Amino acid sequence: MNKKLIGVVALVLATLLFNPVWAQDIPEPERSATGGAQTLEDILRRQKQLEVDDSFRSQNLGNPENAPSVSAPLGTRGGVSDSENWRAIRYNEIEPTTQVRGPAADVLIQDGGMPWWKLREGPMITYGGGALLAIIGLLVVFYFVRGKIMIDGGPAGTTIERFKAVERFGHWLLAGSFIALGLTGLITLMGRSFLIPVMGPDAFATLAAGSKWLHNNVAWAFMLGLVMTFVMWVAHNIPNKLDWQWIKAGGGIFTKGHPSAKKFNAGQKIIFWTVMILGFSVSLSGLSLLFPFQMPMFADTFAVINSVLGTSFPTDLAPHEEMQYANIWHSIVAFVMMLAIIAHIYIGSVGMEGAFDAMGNGQVDLEWARQHHDLWVAEVEAKQGKGGSS
Amino acid sequence: MKVMISAFVAALLIATAAPLVLNQFGWSSAAQTSAESVRLD
Repeated sequence: MNKKLIGVVALVLATLLFNPVWAQDIPEPERSATGGAQTLEDILRRQKQLEVDDSFRSQNLGNPENAPSVSAPLGTRGGVSDSENWRAIRYNEIEPTTQVRGPAADVLIQDGGMPWWKLREGPMITYGGGALLAIIGLLVVFYFVRGKIMIDGGPAGTTIERFKAVERFGHWLLAGSFIALGLTGLITLMGRSFLIPVMGPDAFATLAAGSKWLHNNVAWAFMLGLVMTFVMWVAHNIPNKLDWQWIKAGGGIFTKGHPSAKKFNAGQKIIFWTVMILGFSVSLSGLSLLFPFQMPMFADTFAVINSVLGTSFPTDLAPHEEMQYANIWHSIVAFVMMLAIIAHIYIGSVGMEGAFDAMGNGQVDLEWARQHHDLWVAEVEAKQGKGGSS
Repeated sequence: MKVMISAFVAALLIATAAPLVLNQFGWSSAAQTSAESVRLD
């Protein structure tokens, strides 16, 4: 019985062993016709996005033992041809030395550039641009469904100071620079696909160079505005139980009443922390891009994530890979910020009566303030006594 | 609105000053990627 069982197992194993499908996942093409180089089968498999065994190239790196004497033609090459040298560089089999100095000077070929480029030119533009159009469309629908949020009973006619000049300055420094960064960032990302067909490469070259200059340099104003607004408003944006009540009431958007709120309601706090956290992150990746190869961050970040979550993100990154990760992350975070800010611009302008005044001249209608920030009004009036502007 | 305009002007002034300051401190790309023995200008 045991002998029969062993025989069956041996037969199955032998079948599997000699079955070309199991024994060899990737068919080995006949390369004698190409002298060992890639064949039509390799090209076709690559076009079908099937796995290609690159060992015929990665292991074909020359043999110094076959080198002719130094006095013979090409003898000084040490038995290694140019193409074999470049293959060795590509497959990271030699440590090249260059006379160029710099953190990335010895990376001569980096295969990861193509997936980065495809991601940037494909899904990044498609999904990022699509999300921007979707949020604008949603807000247009929302405007026609809900209409402008008006002051119940109309404005009081008297005003109260909502934001001091320095607060508004910090806000507009952040907002103005963010809009400039957003527009120039979109031109940089999408211009090649959408603007060159319209305006031609020459005009776009000028626009792209100007966008790059503005994007790189106005970033400092953005970071200053981010720090200013954080310092001025963080104390008012600490989450508390009141925020939960506000969220449960949906901010009063679809109901008659207005949930209580202090200086900032839960919706504004969400915007604040979104801008602060994502703004900090986009600033870090921006600095990494602004000073190429000087501030690599992703290998260390991945190492921390791996140690905490047990994931296996790559931690041995080439300098260019660091830049590629920074670029992709910069774009993703910027798109999420743009979505949040477009909604913020809507509710702060056409979406709500009286809201723009808060950042326009700093004075808001007292009735508006009582309806949207009743506890804050009570605090201000308690401090300074009832009356007009405070 | 004056505050808003002044903040926008400040952003442009910062953007104009930033490359000058960075160059002053030797943080230009050219300075960062060359040795001291290389004359850049």
